[in-house]
Amino acid sequence: MIRVQTEDFDIGAEIAALKADRTDIGAIVSFTGTVRDQAGQATGKVTEMTLEHYPGMTEAELARIEKEAQAHWPLQASLIIHRTGTLKPGDNIVLVVTASEHRDAAFDAAKFLMDYLKTSAPFWKRETGPQGSKWVEAKATDDEAAMRWSARKDAAE
Amino acid sequence: MRLLYFAWVKEKTGIAAEDVDVPGDVGTVAELIAWLKTRGPEFANAFDRAEVIRAAIDQAHARHDAQIGGAHEIAFFPPVTGG
Repeated sequence: MIRVQTEDFDIGAEIAALKADRTDIGAIVSFTGTVRDQAGQATGKVTEMTLEHYPGMTEAELARIEKEAQAHWPLQASLIIHRTGTLKPGDNIVLVVTASEHRDAAFDAAKFLMDYLKTSAPFWKRETGPQGSKWVEAKATDDEAAMRWSARKDAAE
Repeated sequence: MRLLYFAWVKEKTGIAAEDVDVPGDVGTVAELIAWLKTRGPEFANAFDRAEVIRAAIDQAHARHDAQIGGAHEIAFFPPVTGG
């Protein structure tokens, strides 16, 4: 399941809803991404972060990567929530939850979902601080993290 | 054809979306960018470093050599930074 929303999310409530009355799930992994103030870093302190996205394509991309994860790992359930709009340091940005019978699939699928989300879901962050505001630049390390999965999949096929 | 711009591409062009009649000899994303750059200083500036700009055709990622024929919606944006 995927959701794009401005409101905050409650991690405990989301996991409880995903489990509901199921008794077949053996492992649940969750990842939460939050806004950092980056105090003390050369780039300057962040007081606010605004997330822009491409409505329509965002949902399509998140659904596509979720489907891909479900095709590669025996997942019993998965959830991706991504917030948009203006956030403050400490606020939640993204939640990924994966459930499987065993932990390996849940851990790996959660990392895969985050690595792909970071390089393919159309979101853009703009950080504001005392010096003004600027668009966050994409990191080469994020591309490399996503590439590792395709290399691994190629080797497995 | 509907064109959409996001993040700093939108800021530089000064518009978020527009409907345009693309000349018939524009066949690929790269050719569309080259044509857009001729439409004024804002567009020339926005697409100055064309190699870093990403494109999507009908809401799916597309390379600059992708054909745009039959597309309803083409979007231009910087590399994504969500998560």
